[in-house]
Amino acid sequence: MPDPSTNERGILLIGFGNPGRLDDGLGPALVERLRSRGFESLTLESAYQLAVEHAALVARHPVVVFADASLTGPEPFTVSRLAPVVDSAGFTTHSLEPRGVLGLALQLYGARPVGISLAIRGYSFDGFGEFLDARALRNLEAAEAYIASFCETARADETSAIIQT
Amino acid sequence: MATDQASTRIVIEPVTRVEGHGKVTIHLDEAGQVREARLHIVEFRGFERFIQGRPFWEMPVAVQRLCGICPVSHHLCAAKAVDPMVGGRTLTPTAEKVRRLMHHGQFFQSHALHFFHLASPDLLFGFDAEPATRNVIGVAMKHPELARQGILMRKYGQEIIRITAGKKIHGTGAIPGGVNKNVTTAERDELLDGYDHMLRWSRDALSLARRYTLDHLAELSEFGSFDSNFLCIVRDDGALDLYDGKLRAIDPDGRLLFDQIDNDRYLDHIVEGVRPWSYMKFPFLRSLGPDTGWYRVGPLARINACTYIDTPEAEAARREFMALGNGRPVHFSMAYHWARMIEALHAIEKIGELLHDPDLQGDDLCVTGPRAREGVGVIEAPRGTLFHHYRVNEDDQVTLCNLIVSTTSNNEPMNRAVTDVARRVMGGQPVITEGMMNAVEVVIRAYDPCLSCATHAIGRMPLVVELFDHEGRTVDRRIKNSC
Repeated sequence: MPDPSTNERGILLIGFGNPGRLDDGLGPALVERLRSRGFESLTLESAYQLAVEHAALVARHPVVVFADASLTGPEPFTVSRLAPVVDSAGFTTHSLEPRGVLGLALQLYGARPVGISLAIRGYSFDGFGEFLDARALRNLEAAEAYIASFCETARADETSAIIQT
Repeated sequence: MATDQASTRIVIEPVTRVEGHGKVTIHLDEAGQVREARLHIVEFRGFERFIQGRPFWEMPVAVQRLCGICPVSHHLCAAKAVDPMVGGRTLTPTAEKVRRLMHHGQFFQSHALHFFHLASPDLLFGFDAEPATRNVIGVAMKHPELARQGILMRKYGQEIIRITAGKKIHGTGAIPGGVNKNVTTAERDELLDGYDHMLRWSRDALSLARRYTLDHLAELSEFGSFDSNFLCIVRDDGALDLYDGKLRAIDPDGRLLFDQIDNDRYLDHIVEGVRPWSYMKFPFLRSLGPDTGWYRVGPLARINACTYIDTPEAEAARREFMALGNGRPVHFSMAYHWARMIEALHAIEKIGELLHDPDLQGDDLCVTGPRAREGVGVIEAPRGTLFHHYRVNEDDQVTLCNLIVSTTSNNEPMNRAVTDVARRVMGGQPVITEGMMNAVEVVIRAYDPCLSCATHAIGRMPLVVELFDHEGRTVDRRIKNSC
């Protein structure tokens, strides 16, 4: 198993959500699209939900983008910085919130990666199906273009700095 | 909010650190003492209906959508249920051992997650500790090595799942009649590389659970304690077998109620009762009826009901555990934690056996034969006995789907545990304090319930604790944040 103390270059992008629940699958869908483009500066991870073991993965990267569907908020997506949470807020079920994962990475491994939330606006969540609403699909394409614009124009070691700005 | 005209009610929602959410209502009598407490599961998905019309071979993959926490249990149980539909009642050695490796990997990661990151805050800091520290971050700050071990144990189990199922979540390794891949020598060596750490940390975790239980025995043995029947599957010689076996039930004194019952006959022995205030069913043993026939499943049931464990370290631990009961099964709810860590040690011992078995590298992966139109799969999931039952038509479409998940079997026991604890900590109290609220949550967490599985629910499941007086008026109500 990888040693969490080993730093890796570039950005880790974790897309999380349930692809079987319509627009909740926006995060994993972004991962699949980016994976097919083969950007060297991106490490990609897909998950139904964030869990404690993601802290070890997060701790190895200087920048971590958490891509998730948003129930509300601006279209097509919003980008915001995340601070690690070290109190009880949000630590409820088997899953964690992004800030909690960052908090665990800090407490357990002394790692302070830059945490970024990429919240892609979704519309349809109440139902089953592995497809996206047409508007959500447009938002996904915009999010993909946003991440790709950095990856195409910058070297791996520069990408982290650019996306933080 | 519903009211109860005969009593006062307290409601707790959400119950934190369980999978999914529910609601606890506590009803007081005229003297202000707890008359009854109920754990409500308020969401409903109707997965059994939704799955009808789908081809049976989709089941091992489709049913994993029930849950993001224990999908492997559903994956394997559904595969076992549809094996007969391709004539695959007896698998090849490679297929059975790859499935068993996957299953024990699931047990290992699930038990590690529960113990280190859901239960340990309660055990390490106490039920009344400040909420700001009584959580996984608190464990990380005060016991970082323990938290790191928990993460790596969970990762190890997840890697076993990835290798055997193809993916960590919602894999496709088990197919009707077998598996679609073996374990290569490179994959085996990757798992053997971290094995010794896992074995050592499992011993340490068991030691921690044992020590905690013995150090607090007087308090714990009165906390959520009640006599019950227990149910699980066991091997034909009575040994603990988490992947396959026949049904056994014991009474509160440990006497056999039935044994070696074929899984296909489960409906002859188990009835799923319903109550108007919950979407979760209330299973009971047909021979005893609903009043006395309810039973517990999961680690405590398995350790109590099996004759022995076929791995040496876990068997030694089982013998010491069983001594607590002085000849009877161990009944107090908090003993689940110790039993769970005995199983974690058993799981890693089994993983070690399997990794050294050359059958894992075999190429004979699937069997076929005369096809059946109906199949029942029963497996021991981390939280308890899991039943999948399917019937198909001539076009291979599912016409009947019946699931009894572990948490459903523990429904009545969890209600009893909540009532017992509520009586101890809430009687005569006008408000719900944090400590009182968490005491109720602590006993629910001991069962490691998966409420989204239990109701096959959709969406978020917030949980509330509400306190009602004897005239049905809300005395207090607390809500906790949920993800």
